[in-house]
Amino acid sequence: MGLQAYLTLAAVVFCIGLFGVVTRRNAIGILLGIELMLNAVNINLVAFARFGGNVAGMVFTVFTICITVAEAALGLAIVILLFRIRRTVMADHLDLLKG
Amino acid sequence: MTDLALYALIALLLPALSFLVLAVVAPLRRLGRPAAWFSILSAAGSLAAAAIAWNHGGEARAIWAWLPAQAGPLATIGVQVDADSSIMLVLVALVAFLVQLYSLGYLVDEPPRSLGRYYTYQSLFAFSMMGLVLAPNLLQLFICWELVGLCSYLLIGFWYHKPEAARAAVKAFWITKAGDVGLLVGIVLLWRQAGTFDLVELRGLVENGALPVAGLSLITFLIYLGAMGKSAQFPLHVWLPDAMEGPTPVSALIHAATMVTAGVYLLVRTEWLFALTPDVLAIVAWIGAFTALLAAVLACVQEDIKRVLAYSTVSQLGYMMTAIGAGFAAAGFFHLLTHGVFKALLFLGAGAVIHAVHSNDLSHMGGLARRMPQTAIVFVVGTLSLAGIPLFGGFLSKEEILGAVWAGGMPGPFALLMLVAFLTAFYMFRVVFRAFFGVAPADAHPHDLSRRSGHAKADPPVSMALPLWILAAGSMAIGVYFTFEHPEPEFTSPAWLTPAAVSVAVAGILLAWLTYMTRAIDPATLASMFGPIRRAALARFWIDDVFEWAYRVVVLAFSRGVGWMDRYVVDGVLNALSAWTLTAGDDLRSMQSGKAQDYVYGVAVGVLAIVIWLQWVIA
Repeated sequence: MGLQAYLTLAAVVFCIGLFGVVTRRNAIGILLGIELMLNAVNINLVAFARFGGNVAGMVFTVFTICITVAEAALGLAIVILLFRIRRTVMADHLDLLKG
Repeated sequence: MTDLALYALIALLLPALSFLVLAVVAPLRRLGRPAAWFSILSAAGSLAAAAIAWNHGGEARAIWAWLPAQAGPLATIGVQVDADSSIMLVLVALVAFLVQLYSLGYLVDEPPRSLGRYYTYQSLFAFSMMGLVLAPNLLQLFICWELVGLCSYLLIGFWYHKPEAARAAVKAFWITKAGDVGLLVGIVLLWRQAGTFDLVELRGLVENGALPVAGLSLITFLIYLGAMGKSAQFPLHVWLPDAMEGPTPVSALIHAATMVTAGVYLLVRTEWLFALTPDVLAIVAWIGAFTALLAAVLACVQEDIKRVLAYSTVSQLGYMMTAIGAGFAAAGFFHLLTHGVFKALLFLGAGAVIHAVHSNDLSHMGGLARRMPQTAIVFVVGTLSLAGIPLFGGFLSKEEILGAVWAGGMPGPFALLMLVAFLTAFYMFRVVFRAFFGVAPADAHPHDLSRRSGHAKADPPVSMALPLWILAAGSMAIGVYFTFEHPEPEFTSPAWLTPAAVSVAVAGILLAWLTYMTRAIDPATLASMFGPIRRAALARFWIDDVFEWAYRVVVLAFSRGVGWMDRYVVDGVLNALSAWTLTAGDDLRSMQSGKAQDYVYGVAVGVLAIVIWLQWVIA
């Protein structure tokens, strides 16, 4: 399998993640979508590292995974705080930015 | 800085100091008489400095940069003392000081607050007028020109509760302003052509022939337009008679001796420029002579003593302008100086009469010589000076003008001026005989001081009498000195000129004598002989009506048109724009749903659009 297959997989995963972020009503679901998009980026990095013969991409992936973990923890904390204050985690009820 | 420039600067800055102190220190101003004395003392100091500067002689300049630029300052301020400006400075300082002293007696019934206000304006006027006289460049001259115009407005409207005074002030302001626009445009055009405002540099350019003559006629005509407004030349003379609504000392200072002569002074200062444009000079001469005649005719029918003097001022300004137009500015300037002295004297004398009789009307006067002998003597001295009788102030200067106009090859204006000399003697002695001789009328003003029991004499108090005597002595001194000590003339006047001029004046006096003293000629017969002219003169030759028509029809119609444009076109566009902005904002507002997912969706679509666009661009 060549580079193209990996990139296609990453694009598909990214689109699924984006779709989830845009359409899910639950905040937890949106977070999951973001995780998928980040992992699509990871796939890209590893694929380019593998086929480009450059190890830097793999190192970056390790960093990204660490950051993803931190981001998930932060995101879940925010969701919990939101739930405490607003008694809901439904995204379409959270319209404080409305103009 | 040389001593000479320093003295001139002191003369200039003392009234400025007085003005600033009176304007800023309100408690002093409200005290009235102390403020007056402060102003009078500064005027006295200014007069002393001016006299020292004049006595010192020579020329000096002190210039400071005002608007610095890379190639030398764009505009400068300073003082320039030379023969013309130093003698003019003395005249201004002298009359300003005497008038301020005289006002102390004249405005004795004025409440302290308005007396303080009066002296504040007087100080400002003295400063502005001296700044104009000493101006080394046209820009400073113009600024001071506007300042004296402002002072004139403020002082004509000093009794602003009188509607006529307020109207006269506004009229004076906007008619002189019409000329001032010409002056400003002329100065700017001249600057574009010559690259400098400085009088000395300009003169150098003219003498080297470095100034292009093409288009210069327009410039000098525009400058003359400013002089026309300020020096009350036809058809912009209509403001000066109305300006008599101000207090009489103000009329003496501003509307006879100094400010109205600023136009003549401007032309004297720039005579080398006008010499390049003989066509404009011819206009100056003809308008001057015509103005002199028109005003002299108008003066013959006035019943108000101050209005007679006002028209005579217009007439004499026409004399000066004619001499300048004939190419002999020195003769005009000489008459400016002597006229400044004796016309101030006449106005102050008339003020003394008005102060006593409480009326401006000649028909309320009569036989005043017995009750006000001092006033009568000085007034007759002034009148003889104005009529141009030998040994009196105006004799030689008037004859110089007549000689200059003749030598300038202008027989038309010369004939007009001879006629004016006759009329001048007639109308001035008409005033003298009616006010000071003859019998007192029965219907006097109830407050007529000259009738009160216990007042044997109604001559004015010392503060008013002293300036009168000083001016009368000055007028006599000038007359006697120049009768024996002829200045070096620039031209040769024909031998018949002196007898002709004097006999014309004597004929005028004789006619007045026969008409108003011996009653050998009935004034009514005389009036009916000149019926149409008299009626026209009583209607002021309808010139005021033309101005009024122009104002009502042209200016107001134009203003209405402009108002409509502003209300419906300019405002309309703005209102439509603001309404559109409001609705557009309202519509766009719905895009902001406040849901984060919508924004993410927007970002994703945007990124996608950019990627597709980049593909298209690269391909």
